[in-house]
Amino acid sequence: MSAETVEQVVDKKPSEAFLSKRRKKLVTDPLVDDNPITIQVLGICSALAVTTQMKPTLVMAISVIFVIVMSNFVISLMRNTIPSRVRIIVQLAVVATLVTLVSEVLKAFAYDMYKELSVFIGLIITNCIVMGRLEAFALGNKPYDSILDGFGSALGYSWIILAVAFFRELWGSGSLFGIPIFDYVSGIFGEDFQLATNGLMVSPVGAFIILGLIIWVQRTKTGYVEH
Amino acid sequence: MQQSNAYIITFSVILTVVLGLLLSGTSQVLGPMQREAEALDKKKQILGAVISAEEIDAMTPEEVDEYYNSRISSIVVDIDGKEVTEQDGAQVTAETVDVGKNYKKPAEDRLYPVFIFHEEGDKDAAESYIFPLYGAGLWDAIWGYMALETDMNTVGGITLAHAGETPGLGARITEGEVQSRYTNKEIYNDSGELVAIEMQKGEGKDYSSDPHKVDGMSGATITANGVNAMVKNYLNHYQAYIESKKSNEAVASAN
Repeated sequence: MSAETVEQVVDKKPSEAFLSKRRKKLVTDPLVDDNPITIQVLGICSALAVTTQMKPTLVMAISVIFVIVMSNFVISLMRNTIPSRVRIIVQLAVVATLVTLVSEVLKAFAYDMYKELSVFIGLIITNCIVMGRLEAFALGNKPYDSILDGFGSALGYSWIILAVAFFRELWGSGSLFGIPIFDYVSGIFGEDFQLATNGLMVSPVGAFIILGLIIWVQRTKTGYVEH
Repeated sequence: MQQSNAYIITFSVILTVVLGLLLSGTSQVLGPMQREAEALDKKKQILGAVISAEEIDAMTPEEVDEYYNSRISSIVVDIDGKEVTEQDGAQVTAETVDVGKNYKKPAEDRLYPVFIFHEEGDKDAAESYIFPLYGAGLWDAIWGYMALETDMNTVGGITLAHAGETPGLGARITEGEVQSRYTNKEIYNDSGELVAIEMQKGEGKDYSSDPHKVDGMSGATITANGVNAMVKNYLNHYQAYIESKKSNEAVASAN
């Protein structure tokens, strides 16, 4: 959880642009400079678990975006009425309701996905990013800003898990979104040219390695040092 | 801001009621679609025992329904292999028998559905018999469908599913590669005893010469034990039915 957002006070200028510089920063900051996974190191569990293939990862990313944005919005709407002594439980109730909605919708319209993601959809409830944004931002900011903030954090989470899934599916299964890329490549170069898949990438260990590499590259570029 | 206890309680009650209504409303609206999806999934699992997963994946939901209706007929039998058409005054069809619920009853009181995979349009020309399986894995329920060829001995295929086995370990029973290890194995030994098929401990050994053993899953011995017990139990429960079909088959081939 980053400290600066806790103290951030919304300036009450009535005519703030729809996408002012400050608001743009809410969305873009978590993409790289304050990424929930690579900088704040939140939400690692699901980043490791669901990223063997692109398709479930994409569904997971969309679900997380929905849950974070909606919970930020709802909590921000209620922020002045929530009794502070029970606020964590209130947040949990809202998040759990949203997650259950997602899981019910998936069960009705994408049963195969529902079976594949199974427990991990439910585990969005415990994704630290969700509660982190509620505590750090939505409780003290207006609904629209909270939506932007949630969207930014969720996007930051999503592009990382999609990047991890890209490499894991490509190297682990030789395909992307289930399309057998390696077979096509072999087809172009002829029968003798076979690309081998790496079983390590399919296991959770592969996710650790890819994630570690992404964090390494990113921190080298941004010069971020953990305090 | 310190609110009074009354405020907190009122707030919590209203929140609970609103969220509760929202959830139950959703469940009411989506319920029929979810049940449809579940029924379709069950058909896919049954078909999975006789045709490959790729073929099923290529089908639209309507095609799965149509294929299922034209190729699968079903009956319900009891532990003695006798056909059951009604129970407690209600009609019984194989599709509506919940194997998981029946599992809780003693074995001799359960209903046992049998799905018969037959040639298109001809219900008497059976190609294989599909038996539901149900049991316990390491963490939760496991279930599946096993297809036997008409000799009532050779396994045509198996589908396995689970509620909560460990991903990457026990959950591998849903993988096509693991399930294909069962194909062409045999459930009766040479002296005619029902010995079923046992998944072995450890992985990577070649059991192709032994018709009653299949290669195990590394790190998932307890799930494998659960699968073994499930296969053995249910083949025993169906034994009366299997033997009756087997003797029919023998008579037919003798003629």
